[in-house]
Amino acid sequence: MSTSGHSWQRARLRSVRDLTADVRLFEIEPSGAFIAPTPGSHIKVAVQIEGRPAVRSYSTVGLSADHIYRIAVKRAPISRGGSAYMWRLQDDALLTISAPDNHFPLSHGCPDYVLVAGGIGITPIHSMALALAQTNASFRVLYACRSAADAALADELRTVIGDRLVLVLDDAGMRIDFEAEIARLAPAGECYVCGPIGMLEAAKAAWQRSGRSAAGLRYETFGNSGRFASEAFRVKIPRLGLDLDVPANRSLLDVLEAAGVGMIADCRRGECGLCVLPICSVNGIVDHRDVFFSDEEKAANAGLCTCVSRVVNGSITLDTGHR
Amino acid sequence: MPSAVPNLKHAIVRESSAASREGKNVMGQTQTFPLNAWYAAAWCHEIVHELAARTICGNAIVLYRRTDGAVAALEDSCWHRLLPLSMGRLKGDDVMCGYHGLVFNSAGRCTHMPAQRTINPSACVRAYPVAERHRLVWIWPGDPALADLAKIPDFHWNDGAEWVGEGGTFYSLKCDYRLVVDNLMDLTHETYVHVGSIGDEAITETPFEVTHTQSSATMTRWMINIEPPPFWGRQIGRPGRVDRWQIVTFQSPSVVVGDVGVAMTGTGAPKGDRSQGVNGAFLAALTPEKDGTCHYFWNFVRNYRTDDVQLSRDLQRMHVNDGQGVYDQDHVVLEAQQRAIEVNPGMPFYNLNIDAGALWARRLIDAQIAQEAAHPVVLAARMAG
Repeated sequence: MSTSGHSWQRARLRSVRDLTADVRLFEIEPSGAFIAPTPGSHIKVAVQIEGRPAVRSYSTVGLSADHIYRIAVKRAPISRGGSAYMWRLQDDALLTISAPDNHFPLSHGCPDYVLVAGGIGITPIHSMALALAQTNASFRVLYACRSAADAALADELRTVIGDRLVLVLDDAGMRIDFEAEIARLAPAGECYVCGPIGMLEAAKAAWQRSGRSAAGLRYETFGNSGRFASEAFRVKIPRLGLDLDVPANRSLLDVLEAAGVGMIADCRRGECGLCVLPICSVNGIVDHRDVFFSDEEKAANAGLCTCVSRVVNGSITLDTGHR
Repeated sequence: MPSAVPNLKHAIVRESSAASREGKNVMGQTQTFPLNAWYAAAWCHEIVHELAARTICGNAIVLYRRTDGAVAALEDSCWHRLLPLSMGRLKGDDVMCGYHGLVFNSAGRCTHMPAQRTINPSACVRAYPVAERHRLVWIWPGDPALADLAKIPDFHWNDGAEWVGEGGTFYSLKCDYRLVVDNLMDLTHETYVHVGSIGDEAITETPFEVTHTQSSATMTRWMINIEPPPFWGRQIGRPGRVDRWQIVTFQSPSVVVGDVGVAMTGTGAPKGDRSQGVNGAFLAALTPEKDGTCHYFWNFVRNYRTDDVQLSRDLQRMHVNDGQGVYDQDHVVLEAQQRAIEVNPGMPFYNLNIDAGALWARRLIDAQIAQEAAHPVVLAARMAG
């Protein structure tokens, strides 16, 4: 993974601030060019994981009128290493960051929007809400999280958008009613979702039932959330004579590559389908965490996206294209 | 894993803050046009339910008219393998790539991918803000959040109502659009380039006034009690001396409108009574194609003899006529000037008193470019392979 391209630059961690018990805001001052992140943008941060360089992407928070990049990082209980690295950083730490990119762009001029965030998925949604408020667009924000104390950025957002922010709290027994929310959205309105895969699947199912154009549902996933918590499992590849442990904090793809299995992968967040391997047999449950396969394909269990998907309660036997 | 280098064509990227202050791009060259502006992309009648490619400010764009009549403008480059979408075809109101069949709707969202049941949520192409006004299609190549319809230049003379005329476009004219601005903001060139039609020694002998606002510059010249040049003598159709005016207004960054005409001298034209004269307007919407080339949307309109279709044809022929028209004469000069600039890199222009209008126009353009350079924005993203 190269960080030598000219879009990478040195940056200083100007300050950190805890938004909640497990969400920390990082204010990053670039040393050179600043490019304003549009809502939905992310920056990449070079991190060290067990001594190895890696790159993590984080959505930018806010509109950065002061030319400071802000990201919010949730400390993951079973981290693949990125959040642990970020949480160890102190003020004035030197970082290597990329220029912003945007894979989750907000359209302009829609008659109506509903923005849906789950947990740390609030980061792009927060920026989108601020941008829509500036243009007097019609929109609502639904923000699902465990409790009010976990609702990072909610207070800041409420001061700008008032009661257009609706908190949906687990500990109060609340759930987002996607059917009802989509029904109240104007016919040409768009829905933006950033949250765990379960929330996204509920949104997709309701959107499809509503008969609306699929392109009107925009979403971004974390690429690391599933129906089950991450746990270690075993993977066997008889063709290559491999029998490997996949620890809870590493992806199947990482483990296969480290073992020398020739893999093609691109997005590494369960979107493109390039890293799919065929499943020979599974002992346990496949936790499909991608958005590449349809529900029917996931149920058929013919293959899995090795970058994000996992197995719970057991082991899996895969094939590869190696001949 | 992608190499994580954003494709520069989508971001206004600057190498350093010092360069940024001077509006330098990554190549070390000064940016030549602002992006946060409405630029003419086509005449409305040119955009039908077919794919039409245009390059605007270095952006390859595909335009088409949807079945509901609205114009759509998309990045002319498939998300998947960059083939120009203009080489594909319309499927209803969506564009299907001619290579692997990916389909994008008029908002740039992918609606079909081959050989899979889902659609990659990142898959989209840029959709540009687009509007139709004054018989032209206008495109905003910059930050869509700033695309305010109220900022479309005032080009109402082109509406075809009170003023009439049949104009056209010089697509891919081989000169920087600012050379055309220079040309139109200083009409002393008429004396030398357009001798025998609108050129007249009186132009060079008469003082002019330049005024300016935060977004416009105006050059005003009144030539009192002169013999009309041949063109205007024919238009007014009566013998005798005239007062001639040229009131040329630049709307930053790229529209020029020239209020021009003659009236019988002594009948009060300088004080506002043009009833004893004839009034025309030359209209120019100049769109940077890329550095060093532009599209020149032009018209010459008039508010006299507006029903005279033959006169409209004659006036168009006067401007563009197999290399003999007034604008043809300009093109020879403008393209030769651009070639001279390119073979003499870094050689400065020296300025004369007559360049005041053009210099105010360039100051307004430069201020817009500098303002954008200080606040670069991610316009869209594509990861380099």
